Amino acid sequence: MMATLDDLLWSYQSLIYGLGTNAILGLSMYAVLQLGQLSLGQAAFMGIGAYTGALLTLRLGLPFPLVLAAAAMVPALAALVIGGPTMKLSGVHLAIATIGLGEVLRVAYINTDAMGGALGLSGIPEKSTFAIIFGLLAVILAGFILASRSKIGRACEAIREDEAAARVMGIDVSAYKMTALVISAALAGLAGALNAHFSSFIGPNEFAFEAAVSILSFAILGGVTTPFGPVLGAFVLTALPELLRPFHDFRLVFNGLIIVLVVIFLPRGILGFRIRRTGG
Amino acid sequence: MLAQQLFNALVLGSVHALFALGFTLTFGVLRVINLLYGFYVAAGAFAALVAVQSLGLGLWAAGAFGVVVAGLVAVVCDFLVLTPLRRAKAPELSSLIVTLGGVLLMNSLMQIVFGAEVRRFPARLLGQDAVTIGPLVVAPIQLVIIATVFVLVALLFWFMERTRLGTAIRAVAERPDTAALMGVNVGLVVAGVSFLSAALSATAGILIGLNFNAVHPYMGEPMMLRGFAIIIIGGLGDIRGALVAGLALGFLEVMTAGYVSSNLKEAVAFTALILGLWLRPNGLFGRASGKRA
Repeated sequence: MMATLDDLLWSYQSLIYGLGTNAILGLSMYAVLQLGQLSLGQAAFMGIGAYTGALLTLRLGLPFPLVLAAAAMVPALAALVIGGPTMKLSGVHLAIATIGLGEVLRVAYINTDAMGGALGLSGIPEKSTFAIIFGLLAVILAGFILASRSKIGRACEAIREDEAAARVMGIDVSAYKMTALVISAALAGLAGALNAHFSSFIGPNEFAFEAAVSILSFAILGGVTTPFGPVLGAFVLTALPELLRPFHDFRLVFNGLIIVLVVIFLPRGILGFRIRRTGG
Repeated sequence: MLAQQLFNALVLGSVHALFALGFTLTFGVLRVINLLYGFYVAAGAFAALVAVQSLGLGLWAAGAFGVVVAGLVAVVCDFLVLTPLRRAKAPELSSLIVTLGGVLLMNSLMQIVFGAEVRRFPARLLGQDAVTIGPLVVAPIQLVIIATVFVLVALLFWFMERTRLGTAIRAVAERPDTAALMGVNVGLVVAGVSFLSAALSATAGILIGLNFNAVHPYMGEPMMLRGFAIIIIGGLGDIRGALVAGLALGFLEVMTAGYVSSNLKEAVAFTALILGLWLRPNGLFGRASGKRA
């Protein structure tokens, strides 16, 4: 039994690890979407985390827990600078402020020799294990579930439903939005570093617009009414391309189509912008 | 050297401004950040290219063909994707997300149909070699670009201020419900704005395609990043602001590439966008506004 499980893990290792890191990315999107905010910088934050982590491991040989902590903190700082001015503005402004980040960083990575230039960084030691990835996923998921059932969860719901009303009720809307963005950037950075430490290679083109839209599609497909939604969405959209290999060229078409169809046909249900409370 | 840089900045800036005008117009009227707008850049350029290569049309006819095709595609796309959300009174974020999926879908389809490689207009279309006027080296196509943009911008301002449809568009932008009560056909205005803005986007795409003589499926993406910077700095929905900010961004990019580093050129728009959000979140000419309880 253990032998078969080992075999399975070995032959599908990158897929299984990918399920875990993509689920964390889905949750990072959930952190902002549940407030009615949209960040299109998740792939860029992921890239910052991946590059930070890879460089710290390769150049300084820091222990892995420290690497992961740094990989979460650097993108969080970037989020403060980029998202800061949009906190008092509408959700659309955060999307606009973050949409260009990936492209700017792509050009920066390519032109910085210390970051491997156009070739990227390779030979990153495989330090991410099944236990680390899914252990962290479980902790993060549990954190979001606890938060959603507490005062914080109700405040988030109030902000998503009606920002002005939430403000009147005494909720510090800007602080909530800022915290959510920082957490979401940190989680994306963490996922990026985890990903870099099992794929052994990262390149400048991996964290661009398409990656950002893919991460969004995890959360859109799964919905953000509960933290399980983005995890489920990430699992489905990560496993599906493996099952549908013949249609590989149409992967992005399919991703785009899913977003369009889900938003149009389940605009409130799955996005959860207007959830009716049932009971108490 | 400086005169040449300024001239190049004028060419680049006027195309940026033209592109951003349509982008800000859609937002002003439809209240939607329409990411599909970037797709119409490539759609127009490819339609013009097909018109030249397969239909044997000349420069102006092919350009007009590309613009009309992109405009009609936009009317169809908006009807399929945005109208249902408008009817359902969905939050503005839903519209943004749906066009995000839409642009990924359309760009990827375009790449599957036309391939990812860069295509070129035939050389005969671009006219003679560059001429020297005083200190300037000027390609004829650059003069065509400047002239086209200035004529179109003048026409747009005249159209918005002086015609019945222009007035209706401004009325819908101001208060859609009131405009409808006053007898404005809102559906028609929405379709008209879709067509008009995509036509501006496609024109910018064709001009960019001619200027660098390169057409490819993802040519709209760098334009979109500049478009975002321009409409934020100019103020969302502000046509005059978009014009000023577009020219200014072209100037900044050319000066950065010329005197600092061409690698930094790509970062100019993004830096301007973030600075704009910190310093003037309501745009250059904007007044403070916001939803209050």
